[in-house]
Amino acid sequence: MAKQIVKMNLNGQEIEQLVDSRMLLVHFLREQMSLTGAHIGCETSHCGACTVDIDGESVKACTHLAVQCDGCDVKTVEGLAEGGALHAVQEAFYEEHGLQCGFCTPGMLMRSYRFLQENPNPTEDEIRAGLSGNLCRCTGYQNIVKAVKSAAVKLQQKESATA
Amino acid sequence: MIPPSFEYHRPSTVEEAVGLLSSLGSEAKILAGGHSLLPMMKLRFAEPEHLVDINRIPELKGVRVIGDDIVIGAMTSENAVIEDPVLNEKVPLLPEAAKLIADPQVRNRGTIGGDIAHGDPANDHPALALACDAVMTIAGPSGTRKVPANEFFLGTYWTALEECDILTEITVKAFPQGAGYAYKKLKRKTGDWATAACAVVVALSGNSISHIRITLTNLGPTALRAHDAEAILIGQQATDELIRQAAAKAMEICDPAEDLRGDAEYKTAMAGQMVQRAINEALAKAS
Amino acid sequence: MNAPVKTPEERKAELQGMGESRLRKEDARFIQGKGQYCDDIKLPGMLHMDIVRSPIAHGRIKKINKDPAMAIPGVHAVLTADDLKPLNLHWMPTLAGDVAAVLADEKVHFQMQEVAIVIADDRYIAADAVEAVEVEYEELPVVIDPYKALEPDAPVLREDLAGKTEGAHGPRDHHNHIFTWEAGDKTAADDAFANAPITVSQHMYYPRVHPCPLETCGCVASFDPIKGELTTWMTSQAPHVVRTVVSMLSGVPESKVRIISPDIGGGFGNKVGIYPGYVCAIVSSIVLGRPVKWSEDRVENISTTAFARDYHMDGHLAATEDGKILGLKVDVVADHGAFDACADPTKFPAGLFHICSGSYDIPAAHCSVKGVYTNKAPGGVAYRCSFRVTEAVYLIERMVDVLAQKLNMDKAEIRKKNFIRKEQFPYTSAFGFEYDSGDYHTALEKVLDAVDYKALRAEQEQKRNDPNCPTLMGIGLVTFTEIVGAGPSKICDILGVGMFDSCEIRIHPTGSAIARMGTITQGQGHQTTYAQIIASELGIPSEVIQVEEGDTSTAPYGLGTYGSRSTPVAGAAIAMAARKIHAKAKKIAAHLLEVAEGDSDWEIDRFKVRGNDEQFKTMSDIAWAAYNQPPEGLEPGLEAVHYYDPPNFTYPFGIYLCVVDIDKGTGESSIRRFYALDDCGTRINPMIIDGQIHGGLTEGFAVAMGQQMPFDEQGNLLGNTLMDYFLPTAVETPTWETDFTVTPSPHHPIGAKGVAESPHVGSIPTFTSAVVDAFSHLGVTHIDMPHTSYRIWKKLKEEGVQL
Repeated sequence: MAKQIVKMNLNGQEIEQLVDSRMLLVHFLREQMSLTGAHIGCETSHCGACTVDIDGESVKACTHLAVQCDGCDVKTVEGLAEGGALHAVQEAFYEEHGLQCGFCTPGMLMRSYRFLQENPNPTEDEIRAGLSGNLCRCTGYQNIVKAVKSAAVKLQQKESATA
Repeated sequence: MIPPSFEYHRPSTVEEAVGLLSSLGSEAKILAGGHSLLPMMKLRFAEPEHLVDINRIPELKGVRVIGDDIVIGAMTSENAVIEDPVLNEKVPLLPEAAKLIADPQVRNRGTIGGDIAHGDPANDHPALALACDAVMTIAGPSGTRKVPANEFFLGTYWTALEECDILTEITVKAFPQGAGYAYKKLKRKTGDWATAACAVVVALSGNSISHIRITLTNLGPTALRAHDAEAILIGQQATDELIRQAAAKAMEICDPAEDLRGDAEYKTAMAGQMVQRAINEALAKAS
Repeated sequence: MNAPVKTPEERKAELQGMGESRLRKEDARFIQGKGQYCDDIKLPGMLHMDIVRSPIAHGRIKKINKDPAMAIPGVHAVLTADDLKPLNLHWMPTLAGDVAAVLADEKVHFQMQEVAIVIADDRYIAADAVEAVEVEYEELPVVIDPYKALEPDAPVLREDLAGKTEGAHGPRDHHNHIFTWEAGDKTAADDAFANAPITVSQHMYYPRVHPCPLETCGCVASFDPIKGELTTWMTSQAPHVVRTVVSMLSGVPESKVRIISPDIGGGFGNKVGIYPGYVCAIVSSIVLGRPVKWSEDRVENISTTAFARDYHMDGHLAATEDGKILGLKVDVVADHGAFDACADPTKFPAGLFHICSGSYDIPAAHCSVKGVYTNKAPGGVAYRCSFRVTEAVYLIERMVDVLAQKLNMDKAEIRKKNFIRKEQFPYTSAFGFEYDSGDYHTALEKVLDAVDYKALRAEQEQKRNDPNCPTLMGIGLVTFTEIVGAGPSKICDILGVGMFDSCEIRIHPTGSAIARMGTITQGQGHQTTYAQIIASELGIPSEVIQVEEGDTSTAPYGLGTYGSRSTPVAGAAIAMAARKIHAKAKKIAAHLLEVAEGDSDWEIDRFKVRGNDEQFKTMSDIAWAAYNQPPEGLEPGLEAVHYYDPPNFTYPFGIYLCVVDIDKGTGESSIRRFYALDDCGTRINPMIIDGQIHGGLTEGFAVAMGQQMPFDEQGNLLGNTLMDYFLPTAVETPTWETDFTVTPSPHHPIGAKGVAESPHVGSIPTFTSAVVDAFSHLGVTHIDMPHTSYRIWKKLKEEGVQL
């Protein structure tokens, strides 16, 4: 039951914290680091509201121990915007009305962010499959799919602009 | 929602991991992907005093080709299986079936080894391992041993793994040239376990079937291999009638648990459906 | 400097007012992870509360041993019913005139019922403490079937009601009977049936389901012992009512109670009632003098908070041989669980179920609903149901299909024949509801054209004649009328508080504004749509109108948001408050323009001197003037409050059509097409309306195709996690097609009716209609939900259908 030191790069900042072995990453982020963007919607790893990005992969923070993040790069929704500029997925969700109550939104954004790096030019079916680890009760997913498509276009335009 | 307290260990070699399991005994559990174990701990159905995290043992990850053997590290994640070029080329059943397991996030953590080692009849890789004639490599206190898949799954939550063993590799051979394959999984929704699933690998010699494997997920206390179903088709030219007969034979060995997915009659009937559809799809891919 | 003169269209567009699909003002915080939900709140000295729950469904509590829990470092208290007794808080009144246990008092009545609470330094210790509390039970026989519960020798569930033959809603004739409620005219209905050439009957079950919003329920209760003030952040869809009740229960004066509904992650009726968790957190905070947080798990949410439906319905229609409906009779057995905690207006223990004559001109009708206690969690009214309208619409739409099938009539034709005609509005139904407006025929034709209904029927016919077709094709059609906007206070009250709603608007000197209402958004976009109403009424851009809800210390009293009541009631209050400001502004404008009031006209964002476009004053000009030398006789400032008591409900309607293809081998259903036409009167923000429709249809899809709450004979709730409780992912969810007509409400200040529950109310019977239609050529008239592959496969087998 001893506490452990965990070091990680969290949203671009190197941090070092003392945690209980059993502390779930989602509680570490929400309560110890005061990053309340990641939400908890279930305890059986289904809803995806807790999705964050660890070492370039989408992970459900509720099914991951804080100690397992030792030495990792962790990105949460609070780290998506850079230099005050919203990320393309954030803009797109806003423009396409891809959110209502907002509770699933951080998880959706973090998953969309990573998904579009895995698949920069997805079909609608691929988007639906790519986001199948994230539940939403408000939107029926239809505008979320539109938002991800729109974000894909924005990112590709940005790509070719900087190319 | 909150797991009970435990001591956390993170070995960096297999030897170290085995040593820890030996010294900690039955109160220690392996933490692989964690997506079976941690939810059980959060619901307080499992309360191990020690967790041995094997995620930072490099030799357990990745796919290597050694001669004829394709060696898959037990800690290779489902998404890594899906992306692996060697598996996609030589053992395409595995990446295709892995896409039907859980969801994208879970697949980043869930591992092929964890899926096999649990002995859970609802998991998909056991049937896939049977269909690929896989051989398991096990590291234990008295050394390493190999166990073929058809001797590995002994019962529900019961495998050839002993208390201090770690499954380290799953070794398969490349599919024959022109082989067809399919994994048909009936489920209530994305992320659910199979109501009934069937894996088929088939190879043709001319018009007749020269090689066939038909295996079943979540239709008995372990994954099942439908030998009698295979016997109907081996050496034959596939016809609708033979496929129906093979499905009927496969249904005969089903003994599914009744649950909210359905009763035994329904699940067995679905087994028949999945068998037919998997055989047809595999044949369509074969050349 | 001559700024280019803007056209009226440009000025209107700048307002981003009613009718514009403007983007939402609330989104900025949500897309950056800066929403503030209850579990995000952290206060200095805050403790965590967790709940010890009963593993059994019916039993006596023999012993509770707190010691092992108290021995855990960091545990502050363990409380049971005995600790609440001195405060008389071990039971609490429900919204339905019953009482519910806060903590089980000697008996447990349903699985997972609250038995004890633990308070600890953090949630991890609290979870350990819950496990450590030891409770001994003596099991009692369990009743989970409401029909069995009414048998003479059924176990007694409510010993606390022993001997009480009069309930809150009339006489009780059995120990497990709650009420029998009736509406309509039984004699007239019986006569209609006695003389009808055709009668049809159908039994149908609307299963128990759960709204399962993504955020579970919770609160942070913070009693300040120095000031004697109680502040509680709560996942509440009705914060003012909660404040009133909390004051009554705790004895703290209402002026010292503050309930704050912060951002809420979905309500859907799950967050209306007052749960034991809230009461216990508040009591704990008062006793310990520190903030206490309670945040429930998903299993707790599904197992114990307000479920929905569980209506066993027997419907009967009497008709002529050519399909004209002469009479309707409905009898319902309603399973309410262990306590009647239904969130209904007081006078309606079965909610607005008597809207069940639907969109049809039915001369004689009668319905009765019998409420029954069982060993299940309490509730019944939740999940986008508009107070039992989901059940009512399901009943009538299924019955019309059954009648159509009996007479071999097309489902669309029989509906056209029986629709209330446009000229008949306002129309008083056989149950006494005055439907405000509607044009069902136009809407139905629009849908049938859009989907090419004739071609679909031809395709179905062709497929039925093809033995090799691997699927059964079904076409579902529902033409529903909703009833929302509860409601006129002479008939609608919650615990005695009339169901009006309110709005206060204050314009600042520099022309922007703040407005507060008595409702509370949980994702419906009030911060945007309400601003749009004010923008159109007052000519101030919606972008600078700040909308706030949910803090009872600042918002005017309202009854909250559920039953699609926000637009009909608060929306009306907003328009009326704005018009009060408008009237004062007109006076100020006349003064500034130096004309008589009657010589100025309002155009979009300004008062103009009649016949002179160059002479005008905008609302900004007027606001400034209001704070600086208002005209003689007018007080400074520019604000108004309005409490709106609606004269009637509103009656949105819709036409939904669904095409399903059922795999003959597996029973899996594929929704090929779903066309949803909704008429909610005036449309404030079409983008937001569409979003609500998508969401409601998806929740309806989940209910119809997969959700269930199965209990075994011991009262164990099986499948109370998201592994089994069907929440569809983006993969399972169909793509929805939306359409609309606009038939304004004549009695509503902006003609708007409300819409957010229509897609749920209307879609669920549409899915059943489609699935049954796939089997109708085999004589099948009804199949109960959920339409899982398993249940459909059993039907295929029963009907001898093979792949």
